[in-house]
Amino acid sequence: MKMLKKLMCSAIVSAMAAAGAAQAKGISDDEVRIGYLADMSGTYSALAGSGGLEAAKMAIEDFGGKVNGKKITIVSADDQNKPDIGANKVRQWIDVDNIDMVAGMVSSAVTIAVNKVVEAKDKISIVSGSASSAITNQYCTANSVHYVYDTYALAHGTGEAVVQEGGDTWFFLTADYAFGHAMEGDVTSVVKASGGKVVGGVRHPLATNDFSSFILQAQASGAKIVGLANAGADTTNALKTAKEFGVVQAGQKLAGLLIFLTDVYSLGLETTQGLQLTTGFYWDRTPETRAWAERYKERTGAMPTMVQAGIYSSVNHYLNAVKAAGTDATEAVMSQMKKTPINDFFATNGQIRDDGRMIHDMYLAEVKKPSESQSEWDLYKILRTIPADKAFRPLSESKCKLVAGR
Amino acid sequence: MAELLGFPPQVLFGQLLIGLINGSFYALLSLGLAIIFGLLNIINFAHGAQYMLGAFVAWLGLKFLGVNYWVSLILAPLVVAAIGIALEKTLLRRLYKEDHLYGLLLTFGLALMIEGSFVHFFGVSGQPYSVPQALTGGNNLGFMFLPTYRAWIIVASLVICFGTWYMIERTKLGAYLRAGTENPQLLQAFGINVPLLITLTYGYGVALAAFAGVLAAPIYSVSPVMGSNLLIVVFAVVVIGGMGSIMGAIVTGLLMGLIEGLTKVFYPEASTTVIFLVMIVVLLVRPAGLFGKEA
Repeated sequence: MKMLKKLMCSAIVSAMAAAGAAQAKGISDDEVRIGYLADMSGTYSALAGSGGLEAAKMAIEDFGGKVNGKKITIVSADDQNKPDIGANKVRQWIDVDNIDMVAGMVSSAVTIAVNKVVEAKDKISIVSGSASSAITNQYCTANSVHYVYDTYALAHGTGEAVVQEGGDTWFFLTADYAFGHAMEGDVTSVVKASGGKVVGGVRHPLATNDFSSFILQAQASGAKIVGLANAGADTTNALKTAKEFGVVQAGQKLAGLLIFLTDVYSLGLETTQGLQLTTGFYWDRTPETRAWAERYKERTGAMPTMVQAGIYSSVNHYLNAVKAAGTDATEAVMSQMKKTPINDFFATNGQIRDDGRMIHDMYLAEVKKPSESQSEWDLYKILRTIPADKAFRPLSESKCKLVAGR
Repeated sequence: MAELLGFPPQVLFGQLLIGLINGSFYALLSLGLAIIFGLLNIINFAHGAQYMLGAFVAWLGLKFLGVNYWVSLILAPLVVAAIGIALEKTLLRRLYKEDHLYGLLLTFGLALMIEGSFVHFFGVSGQPYSVPQALTGGNNLGFMFLPTYRAWIIVASLVICFGTWYMIERTKLGAYLRAGTENPQLLQAFGINVPLLITLTYGYGVALAAFAGVLAAPIYSVSPVMGSNLLIVVFAVVVIGGMGSIMGAIVTGLLMGLIEGLTKVFYPEASTTVIFLVMIVVLLVRPAGLFGKEA
């Protein structure tokens, strides 16, 4: 009873505060300012990079370039995958340039550092590129949204599906740093929970040039599944080598745990066919996704990754929230974003939880055989939909300070 | 079955063979560096970028002009060598009398510019280049599956490496080259065109890098950063072998491939650092490198 009273009071107070803020502040500096932060030139620049910036610009143009009569502007910066550079840039954006929201954000290490700055300065960040599920778990903040996917969703989507199809013994090729370890850990628990077991693994240094030695070890292990707990160039090199050494022909299967459309495109179907993966978006899934993706391709020359599509959707959702709240004040916009479901080409009934996790349907996809592919970008077939409430870490398991103990 | 050091022998043999394959890559790249350093006194930091250019010329040729792999294997080194020769004639030439550092800075700057512009135009995710039809497939050797293309890499690079060694150490042209490094004035007095000799030598060193690039195109992604990933290791190989020593570069290249291969079995986390560990030990014990002459 006491609890309920307290809740009611705080709801009333915050509603009053929000209303007050809206009246008092409106749009700060008469402009809504968005900062796009991403790896623009390095290992991860293909999955977000300049394409992501273009997606954000599209969202602003489609919105009419103005919200409630006030101009929307966007600036961008290259974080070079370095947390100190990213955090300093965002600090400068907020202090000097009065940025209201930070979008993009790729390397998990950069994101965790930037989110701390955003929290301290009470602004908003919407993370579309990063993988680590820790962003809305132990590192969660009330100022950040994790929009597209995370390691938990990838591990459960791909891991469970593979074990169910009989892939019950695993060998890991793991990138030897935080992301790789997290990915391997998440998948290991899924494999064990589904009745499989892990028979071995190799932890390779980040940016390894030659994978042939590790592939030989994977072959010698006799595991049915070789799980790739790495990303970017490491994944593409590992897949290429696996093809060369006839891993699939010898009866083993590969499970790519973090694979983007651009990776598959770059490797070609000959190398990647049959690979199963989890994705938050695929351009050729519905008429709406196709229509948007075609427009995107016209501007950039390539089809969008799930991250680039997510950037458009998240910027659009943010601008809608600003419009509805009548202000770009952080608290009002965050609560507006959280209470409004997301329905667009990207997500159906997407919802931002209190820990900042945007939950939406994920998709288990399989890379097509060259003979099945009709066109240059016809790369995936969607095997099944993983419903939003199954795809992401349930709040009951969360270590996030905002929801713990519920 | 008997085990060697806790591993079944077939696993170990497989790893040794893989090490040899990677080693022949190191040998090919460090050979070019060693020649350029030995004869021009230039530390060619653009070597990685030239290796990348070789792969890109092959890829561009295939994509836009339909030039196949075998033609590229000859053509790409020639194209990249021509670019290298232009660099030598216009820029590098002015630095021979200066400290090593100037050549290093120039080539390093050039490498950054070349890589940067390729990243701008092609992105970093890498372009596909398939293995030529004649070299697809592989053989089961009993202890491992050896892809035909990997076998081809060993053969091609060893032929080139030892051919180059023979040319420099055993032929008249090689004798001129070596004399040119010892005493260019005297050689010129005998009526030999020394500047031309040096230009062609740089061109040859660069061509070796581009050749390695074409060899690498089907097995690694053709990406603008492929060279910078490899260059540091190759420099370590040259230092271990002894700066400027031709045989040193070849033998050390193969040796380092083997050591790296074994590390990948016993302690994979250290596989990218083990070569530098060897370098430190060698520099402590033999500062001129394994095959270098003490100054």
